[in-house]
Amino acid sequence: MKKGSALTRSATSGAAPPEQGAPGPGAAPEGPGPTGPSRAVRVLRYLGGRLFTAAVSLAAVLVTSFFLFRILPGDPVRAMTEGREVTVEQMEELRRQFGLDRPLWQQFADYCLGVLRFDFGTSYQYRVPVAELIAERIGPTVLLAGTGTVVAALIGLVLGTRAAWRRGSAGDRITTAVALTLWSVPSFWLGLLLIVVLASGVGWLPGLFPTSGMATPGVEGAFDSALDVAHHMVLPVATMVAVVYAQYLLIMRSSVLDEMGADYLTTARAKGLRDALVLRRHAVPNALLPTVTLIFLNLGRVLGGVILIETVFAWPGLGSLFYSGLRVPDLPLVQALFVLFASAVIVMNLLADLVYPLLDPRVRT
Amino acid sequence: MSAPTPSRRALVWARRRAAWGEFARIYASNRAGLFGLAALLAAALVALCAPLFIDPAELDVTGGPGGRFEAPSADYWLGTDAFGRSVLDMVLWGARISLTVGFLAAFVSVALGTVIGIVAGHFGGWASDVLMRVTDWFLVLPSLVVAIALAAVMERSTLTIIVAIGVTAWPATARVVRAQTLSVEARPFIERARALGGGHLHVMKRHVLPNVMPVVLAQTTLLVAEAIVMESTLSFLGLGDPSTISWGGILQDARNAGAISSGIWWYMIPPGLAIALVALSFTLCGRALEGVFNPRLRERR
Repeated sequence: MKKGSALTRSATSGAAPPEQGAPGPGAAPEGPGPTGPSRAVRVLRYLGGRLFTAAVSLAAVLVTSFFLFRILPGDPVRAMTEGREVTVEQMEELRRQFGLDRPLWQQFADYCLGVLRFDFGTSYQYRVPVAELIAERIGPTVLLAGTGTVVAALIGLVLGTRAAWRRGSAGDRITTAVALTLWSVPSFWLGLLLIVVLASGVGWLPGLFPTSGMATPGVEGAFDSALDVAHHMVLPVATMVAVVYAQYLLIMRSSVLDEMGADYLTTARAKGLRDALVLRRHAVPNALLPTVTLIFLNLGRVLGGVILIETVFAWPGLGSLFYSGLRVPDLPLVQALFVLFASAVIVMNLLADLVYPLLDPRVRT
Repeated sequence: MSAPTPSRRALVWARRRAAWGEFARIYASNRAGLFGLAALLAAALVALCAPLFIDPAELDVTGGPGGRFEAPSADYWLGTDAFGRSVLDMVLWGARISLTVGFLAAFVSVALGTVIGIVAGHFGGWASDVLMRVTDWFLVLPSLVVAIALAAVMERSTLTIIVAIGVTAWPATARVVRAQTLSVEARPFIERARALGGGHLHVMKRHVLPNVMPVVLAQTTLLVAEAIVMESTLSFLGLGDPSTISWGGILQDARNAGAISSGIWWYMIPPGLAIALVALSFTLCGRALEGVFNPRLRERR
């Protein structure tokens, strides 16, 4: 089935002039097929199923987050008032203020209603609504994680394709070995190393990059401050890319290898296409599909990495906020970020599920 | 064997020896796997023998024999830390906790994953559906975030770290084991066992489990690498047991002591290298094992 449709596609592309004959993933000719009438129903059922699964997952995250942080052994009120003289009455007052004195089910109901309104309560340590804190910090995290993911994906895809195309060569072995080594390195340690070598300065080497933060105070002007932020971003992004790109490389390598044995590549070669053209127009588009999905699926890992990198580089994003919340412990803050991180991953997975059939005609049937 | 027809036991042994020989031959053909194995044996030896040449009293905050932040010298090959303790001794000692946590956490998650995977694969039906839904849900959750949350809400101890890693890392094993169970159960010898009156437990224990073990073994090795990195991460974030010495904990101390800004490289490079080396060795071993047990995988990943 899989090979059959691939063959059909390259056969049609073989008949057309090579310039327009690229078997782009979405460009495959779709016959009406015997299953025509029920198709809309199947698409709807697929969509419904995915949406339902995602909704159940989100609900489960909500329940877990509530009960997980309820079994917290530390008394939040005591943590809040640590090191200060407080009377029992004052502590009771604080409990009432944060709703900690009410029955558990009522707290849970309030919590759910609150989350639906993006109201996660008030942070114990910052004494401002958690939603405000998150809104303030989400930009830098998206910037860092987005840039890192894009750069890592590009590097991984290019190197992975090259390694697969020349598999077994010295280049392939070195690329794979370097990727595996970097993958084993804890990201926070790599970040610390980069700070020591490139930011603090070692020996004759001056500090090339800022050690922490996102911007230098006092930098004015749109262009200058953009440049300043970019300068601050170099090391965090480099750390993230170094740790993350390995998996994209390995996936891309193996999926190009999978495609290399396919009949349509032999056809493409047999009709006299140059090697580079066979790779670019035929093998890569097909091999990209599983890789692109996995990039979405791997966002959970990326998020975990971002927490560490933000902590190490004091990047003012959600990750360092999470870290600061852990120390107190700042219950509403950590809870909200847990929900946010988990839902982000669930939503990304849903997107991957929804986008994949559009990209790959083979899974549509 | 002198007898014309060798005994049943001798036959079994001969077959086992042949299987081991084949296993060793394929494994040995993977040079990276051999390197990983050698490095692991070295690390395990260090962890086991550490008490023979390191005095635990010198690793106490108050018992450091050297001065503060001494650079590497003949006495202290890797210098000393903020309390005058030898960094080399601490890193060697740290292997004990890192390897222990790595192994135990991997064991917890693999045991959990194997049981859930076999049960889901064996029974099928709605039970399997429910189990796999739960597995998928756990698979989706960002494991580091969950582990951090778990480690944060529980008491700070090594056990907490093991549980936090074990609970978050099992879904991948469950998926792999379920797939393998399904393929094993489709084979005729399972039908034979059933026809002879073998119950569910018998089939799962005597027939499915041994056939799933190779996959599980490879998965365990890969998980240990992940668990070691995860342990160091949690310790680095200050969620570990403050009274034990682990590689992540040393890095946290180094960061808190300002080793980063003052360029005290000997305090922070060795523990990180140790983590990376051990994790890499486990990954290499795991990939080599995968290659042995599953010829189709030899070109993959």
